[in-house]
Amino acid sequence: MNPETLLQVQNLSIEFGTSSGRLRALRGIDLEVPKGRIMGLVGESGCGKSTLAYSLSGLLAGNGEVSGGAILFDGADVTKMSDKELRDIRGRRVSMIFQDPMTALNPVITIGRQMLDIQYREPGTNAEKRARAARMLERVGIPDAAAQLGSYPHQFSGGMRQRVCIAMALLTKPDLLIADEPTTALDATLEVQIIELLRELQQEMDCAIVFVSHHLGTVAELCDDVTLMYAGEVVERGSVRDVFHNPAHPYTQALLECDPARMKVATRQLPTIPGMLPNLVDVPQGCIFASRCQHVWERCRSAHPHLSKTATVGHRAACHLLDAEGRT
Amino acid sequence: MVLGPRATPELIEQTRAAMGLDRPFALQMITFFGNLLRGDMGVDVFTGRSVTTTVMEALPYTLALITASILWAAAIGIPLGAYSSIRRNTWIDRVTGILSVGTISIPSFVMALYSVLIFAVWLRWLPAIGAGEGFGGQIVHLILPAFAVGVPWVGYIARIVRASMLEIMGESHVRMARAFGLTERRITRAYVLRIAVLPAVTLIGAGVAHLFSAAVFVEVIFARPGIGALIVSAVNERNYTIVLGAVLVTTAIIVLATLISDIIIAWLDPRQREGM
Amino acid sequence: MGDVATTYKQPSALCIYARQLAQNPMGLMGAILVLIIVGIAVFGPWLAPYDPNQIMIGPRMGPPSAAHWLGTDHLGRDLLSRVIAGGRIAMLVAFVTLGAAMTVGLALGLIAGYGPKWLDNILLLVFDAIRSFPVIVFGLAVVTLIGPSLYTVILVVAITSIPIYARIVRTQTQTLRNAEFILAEKAMGAGTLRILAVHVLPNVLGPLLILASMDVPMVIATEAGLSFLGMGVRPPAPSWGTILNDGYNFIRNSPWPVIAGSAPIILVTIGFTFLGEALRDIFDPKLRRAQ
Repeated sequence: MNPETLLQVQNLSIEFGTSSGRLRALRGIDLEVPKGRIMGLVGESGCGKSTLAYSLSGLLAGNGEVSGGAILFDGADVTKMSDKELRDIRGRRVSMIFQDPMTALNPVITIGRQMLDIQYREPGTNAEKRARAARMLERVGIPDAAAQLGSYPHQFSGGMRQRVCIAMALLTKPDLLIADEPTTALDATLEVQIIELLRELQQEMDCAIVFVSHHLGTVAELCDDVTLMYAGEVVERGSVRDVFHNPAHPYTQALLECDPARMKVATRQLPTIPGMLPNLVDVPQGCIFASRCQHVWERCRSAHPHLSKTATVGHRAACHLLDAEGRT
Repeated sequence: MVLGPRATPELIEQTRAAMGLDRPFALQMITFFGNLLRGDMGVDVFTGRSVTTTVMEALPYTLALITASILWAAAIGIPLGAYSSIRRNTWIDRVTGILSVGTISIPSFVMALYSVLIFAVWLRWLPAIGAGEGFGGQIVHLILPAFAVGVPWVGYIARIVRASMLEIMGESHVRMARAFGLTERRITRAYVLRIAVLPAVTLIGAGVAHLFSAAVFVEVIFARPGIGALIVSAVNERNYTIVLGAVLVTTAIIVLATLISDIIIAWLDPRQREGM
Repeated sequence: MGDVATTYKQPSALCIYARQLAQNPMGLMGAILVLIIVGIAVFGPWLAPYDPNQIMIGPRMGPPSAAHWLGTDHLGRDLLSRVIAGGRIAMLVAFVTLGAAMTVGLALGLIAGYGPKWLDNILLLVFDAIRSFPVIVFGLAVVTLIGPSLYTVILVVAITSIPIYARIVRTQTQTLRNAEFILAEKAMGAGTLRILAVHVLPNVLGPLLILASMDVPMVIATEAGLSFLGMGVRPPAPSWGTILNDGYNFIRNSPWPVIAGSAPIILVTIGFTFLGEALRDIFDPKLRRAQ
């Protein structure tokens, strides 16, 4: 493994036991996050990006199960860790920011207490830990931070709460921050501020970030690399510039065409990708995107495409067209 | 009316004057409520004692019974509910579930009769009659009555705590606490249980009325000189003033209990403090 | 909610629910207990070995024997016959009061849910006042005013049960009131009575019946309780409560009257509670919240 690689997901599959059968939520996921880089994880709702994000720190829901593959964090396989080993990396080496800041903080415990609790393994006295918490709150832009330690979450607005969450996540200087749609529940101006804050802090602390989002613009702005997911599979990955300027997978192309910010011709109708997500209990043979793809040909229905190289180094996509073009 | 059929007309007249019944009805009502505000509920025509004194003498016995019952029920019910929510679908969870459904609606007088039968008559471990002398004696005399009143509440509290624990365990702040590597023990005790007991507190606050009903039977069965026993004997004697006084005090206690449960909830839940 | 209403029209759905009940061991046990108890109450006069008030020549306070399965009480009356007769009284009180409480509760709930806001507020206040007052203390106060009798018991229990039904009907009615299909009906000119009868009524009947089933133990306990205190059914009529009272007075001589009087109360409680819980789980898991 490359020493610069912090996180490596290898052929990861995750299934959920449901009443209608085993739902194969993630299938054969491969991805890599180098130290200190920001990787965007993009896809429609239900494509498995949040499941993947949670599995990175072993936080799958009770009915979820890793059915194959490995998640190597700094060389150690997260999927094989005991509860104790998982607890040891959570909050120290891997932190998370959640989608809805309104429900992410415990409503009956003060911010200060919650920030103190997560430092329970750190050295130092309580006074030092409180001071550290106050400094961190101040850093994320909470006015009068020291006094706010005694406040309860409901006394803050949504944007302020997300800042508190970011402060908590970065308090222990983790190597990896997993941000699960941290701006989706916020309005647009706040979104810009939070993204800006994340970028500054990332540079200061030099941590890697997995940034889950369905918003292409945000990813383009913040991230170094991007991984696109569709129905539980990685369809394309590469640097932000390569993927956004030169999308190789028809799904990425379609998604970019649907982004209102990128449309060149004014229209009254928002373009959409026709069709629906396939059934993941009974996963169809062949390419997972075949039923919605405009460029579908016979091989797409019979054989499953693998991530293949494109013309650019580090840019890969899972599409038979690419193979065909590559050969010809 | 209270004097019975053999009262002479003179005696009736005399009593009416003493009770103020010869005055106009409206004036009687004003006098009654005016006195009530000063804590004076009139005079018991049977004994000539003040109703307030009689009721207030009985009140501590009832309050001690209710408080003791709910405290032991909560002390067992909350951990039981929390434990069965963590160990869901184990035998202890199932047994708790069945027992709580079974005991919740068993009437308190049946509970009380069996406590007398088993612990006082058969085993002769504990006294069953009276309220006891001295502090130690009072405590010993409180055990069986409080047991009988509290049993259904153990199941009640366990059930509601279990349900709300399960609900809160699925909330995202618990996931966040896990994501920060807090131990399950710390999460359940400090982060979840504190929210999960809130519905139980509301339930108990609203349930003081039921506790009073239970206290009536238990006080009669164990011959405790509390409000419940007082009301029953007053009803038997057709002693209206005592019944009225006891009912008023009961109402006041119920209102007070709601207030106390609101205060406890505000103490536990900062979100509720804003409105206070 | 909607499927509750349809069950009563489609026997096939009813079969499915019966099968679901059979698969729930607690519910099945409850249903069997309820059937047995109701059966005994209905056929009591034919089942009881003796006249419940007949004083026997045999032993007093006797333990169970071949002649007296549950023993005899302090006057030498046969306890089994008294328990069976007491069951008739308990069931009579339960069905009369619950019928009355459901009818009045339904009417008041519809008024509160569909009527003007101020009326709703007043009714809610009254419901809450009744609900927050101890049933037995209320019962005793009523007894002071009108004297102890079977009718006093029925009156007390009915009044204290009304708010339970009225509240759930009110909640349901208010939810339906603004449902789109109701608004559409209104727009087409349907009258209030028609809307209530056709849409609201079938939707609230299911929950009402489940609540009533869970309420039976409470009603029976209140009847037995008041009778136990000597404020309900008058002796020598054999209520479970009066049997318990007689037994309590002689508890140091023999446990059998207390056991005979309390066993049916416990069985009724368990039977109806388990049945009600199972019905609720089958028909409507959300009912618990609405309560």
